Amino acid sequence: MSPLIGPASFKFFGVFPAAVFSFVIPVVGVAFFAYIMARRLAPLVKAAPDNRLNDIPRRIKNLAVIWLAQYRQPRYRVAGICHIVIFAGFLILSIRSTSLVIIGLSDGFVLPGFDGVVGSIYNFLKDYAATAVFIACIVAAWRRLVTKPARYAVPEKYGKDHTAEAVFVLAIISTLMISESLFEATQVAAEEAAYGHGVFLAPLSLVWIFKKLVSGMSQGVLQGLHILMYYVHDLTFFFFLCFLPMGKHFHVITSIFNVFFMRIKKGNIKPVKHGISEEELDELESFGVKHLEDFTWKHMLDFYSCADCGRCSDQCPANAVGRPLSPRFITIKARDLIFKNYPLSGEIYKSKLLVEDIYTEDEIWSCTTCGACEEECPLGIEYIDKMVDLRRGMVDEGMVPQSLQKPLKALEKRGNPYGMMEKKRADWASEKEFAAQCDVKILEKGATADTLYFVDSISSYDDNIQEIARRTAKILDRAGVDFGILGKAEKDSANEVIRFGEEMLFQDLKGQNTEAILESGVKNIVTADPHAYNALKNDYQGLPPVKHISQLITEKIKSGALTLKHAIHPEKVYVYHDPCYLGRHNGIYEDPREALDAIEGLRRVEMEKSRDRSFCCGGGGLMLFYEPEEEVRMGVLRVNMAAEAGATVIVTACPFCLVNIQDGIKVAGKEGQIEAMDLTLLIEQHLA
Amino acid sequence: MEILVCVKRVPDTAENEFELNSAGNDLDRDDLVYSVNEWDNYAVEEAIQIVDKVGGNVTVVTVGDDESEEVLRREMAMGANNGILLSDDAFEGSDGKGIATILKAEVEKGNYDLILTGAQADEGAGQVGGMLAAMLDYPYASLVNKLEVLGDATIKVGREIEGGNQEMNEMDLPCVLSIQTGINEPRYVGIRGIRKVAKLDIPVKGAADLGLDASTVGEDGAKVKRVDYFVPDMGDGAEMLEGSTDEIIAQLIERIKSKGGLA
Repeated sequence: MSPLIGPASFKFFGVFPAAVFSFVIPVVGVAFFAYIMARRLAPLVKAAPDNRLNDIPRRIKNLAVIWLAQYRQPRYRVAGICHIVIFAGFLILSIRSTSLVIIGLSDGFVLPGFDGVVGSIYNFLKDYAATAVFIACIVAAWRRLVTKPARYAVPEKYGKDHTAEAVFVLAIISTLMISESLFEATQVAAEEAAYGHGVFLAPLSLVWIFKKLVSGMSQGVLQGLHILMYYVHDLTFFFFLCFLPMGKHFHVITSIFNVFFMRIKKGNIKPVKHGISEEELDELESFGVKHLEDFTWKHMLDFYSCADCGRCSDQCPANAVGRPLSPRFITIKARDLIFKNYPLSGEIYKSKLLVEDIYTEDEIWSCTTCGACEEECPLGIEYIDKMVDLRRGMVDEGMVPQSLQKPLKALEKRGNPYGMMEKKRADWASEKEFAAQCDVKILEKGATADTLYFVDSISSYDDNIQEIARRTAKILDRAGVDFGILGKAEKDSANEVIRFGEEMLFQDLKGQNTEAILESGVKNIVTADPHAYNALKNDYQGLPPVKHISQLITEKIKSGALTLKHAIHPEKVYVYHDPCYLGRHNGIYEDPREALDAIEGLRRVEMEKSRDRSFCCGGGGLMLFYEPEEEVRMGVLRVNMAAEAGATVIVTACPFCLVNIQDGIKVAGKEGQIEAMDLTLLIEQHLA
Repeated sequence: MEILVCVKRVPDTAENEFELNSAGNDLDRDDLVYSVNEWDNYAVEEAIQIVDKVGGNVTVVTVGDDESEEVLRREMAMGANNGILLSDDAFEGSDGKGIATILKAEVEKGNYDLILTGAQADEGAGQVGGMLAAMLDYPYASLVNKLEVLGDATIKVGREIEGGNQEMNEMDLPCVLSIQTGINEPRYVGIRGIRKVAKLDIPVKGAADLGLDASTVGEDGAKVKRVDYFVPDMGDGAEMLEGSTDEIIAQLIERIKSKGGLA
């Protein structure tokens, strides 16, 4: 029996029952919360459809790994650990918070099953949880107010600083921890004073410390403090609940849903509209996202879920080079607009054209679709599909910069962005010296082969990059692969055409390629262009299996079909640069590295930003034609990173990376110090 | 405001490599791709922007064969309200004056306040706009790079003058303007846009519909006849650099350096 009166029986001034508050606060709190949530749901109901109920086992796994285990959090060490502590603490304390609400109505209430040993263990655990959360809040507040990591800053053009909200919420959480602990500490102190012994408290926990502080106070003071702390906790708790949907802390509620519904397949682009087949596209009134409600409900949920941690923008290459794009603010600006157009009471406003209202055209064109942001987001927020949907809307409205109109028109007329003639697509294979050594079959007029080498536009037409095509053909030849090319029947893979929002042109090119490939009767496809690899594998349907040349090289080295010489330049230091469309979008990180390591005596180092944190070279396909506003080229930053790693040769496995990195070397003034080469060149040179 | 824009289907300079035919009197047209003359896109964009501001209709017209319909559709996909194809066997072989005569007949059938043409065409002589204005007895401004509607009867027209100077004029309507590139940013037209207008009706008018005497147009009416078409011989002082792109660049840099153009 407690010497203190609990909130359920306490009477203010001896007459007014506190239980009234215990009843009113939760009822009002929950009513407000339900109302706010209903208003917040309104835009999701109006949003475009999205199919997010496929592959439930994978979704459950994501929940376990990304949500529950917070797998992505420690990629940013200190912030990540703080978050894990607060998150785990919240989960543990949710039980305590629930029972506390009922204690206000029924003294000494214990949740079923928590009355025995389980309850004791739980109490022990939750005392430490509250303590840990409290400490994590102090560390987090210190970071917000003193260390101030750069990624939290809000550039002026994006609005006001967000520190106040962050610190306010940390204060709320701390208040919850302190009041809960004091509520219990006063009770234990009173018990000790009355009976000479109290319950065992977790040593050095908040409640343990507080008990030491309050023991010796009179029963009257303890009683007052006990009741006060209960209602401080109760009020703060329900205030916090209703405050969550007002800003970045909405993620406390939405994260579990956002992670469950996050994208599962990688590398592909969402259909123009879920539920509309490619044949029905012509019937659609409008394409892409033009107004707020054109986003899918999942994309709206993304906007709600953003915790404003800034990791996406910290990893974004466009942001790093000063392009007018910061993925974080793509989300924040949309969320602000939702809050403005869907206020908590009153009229719902109509959205204006997004690219004129909250976004700019250049902002949306600035994205290279490298995927660094999505890889990083601890909440599974996606960006590429949103960018593509916004671009679809812009293309539909005719808002395409002149620099992109030319290559798009050339793609429509000639099937390549350069406007070169179709009949010259296979000219790279007739270069004299090469043709003498290697005969490349063109799969037309009944010629057949097991494997199709899909060359794609840049390797077919670019003087410099044609070398990749020739080395690839030589490697295939040496590995004993029966291969051929499509010649003039091959069109651009259109990986960037769909990503730049020109859906119908993509459909057209995809149709032509699909028909030509199926007609050729090949059983496999290989390509040295990761963009082609990605499109054929993830955006086309019904094709034979596709491999990137790096996979085939590693496979053939392992099988003994290809043997490599000792390193020709053992004095050089090689570093491998992960192309986005090989690495992040398709998970091929090890094959190219294994191929390099198969060259005996070759020295290889790694850049700090590698594998899934690789830094985009500047973008491929149509991105080569786009003229962005930027302070420095991505390629230059990448070359500097390679130099920092001590490399003298940057090896990549993508024609566009090669172009951008070679340019980067020139612009960085590092010619003679560092060179760039494609994997196919290095391997072909080392063929034994 | 009722605006007529005269457009032309031309072999696209950006997407073609030009070679002469075996007869040596024209381009080898077998492998060519065609599109709207670049200047005409600017003229159509300008017309659409004017109509967006002050109301009215944009009509695009071309003289050509059945295949020319595609350029009309492309301009209608941009936002032109109507298209008219002027096509007749009798029109074949028209010189600039013949084309202007045909267009004049169409202008007189309509009620246009403003007639726009491109400043020139990729394979043209930049003459039709001026001739059309003269035949209609309308005022004319060439190489227009700024346009502002002042009222029902006047517009303000800017012209870029050689040397980079800018001239501004007030002109009475109706008038003819030839539009220079750079006056605006023509909007993009994709396959989807063209498909949307695929079913719109484009009337085809021949010499009889226009009330034209066939002898005044076409080959019969042409006072200018092309007699030759060739790539000029290299003149004195001209030299073609040969080799790979890198080699050509190296040679070029060497030459510029040797003439003191680069330190």
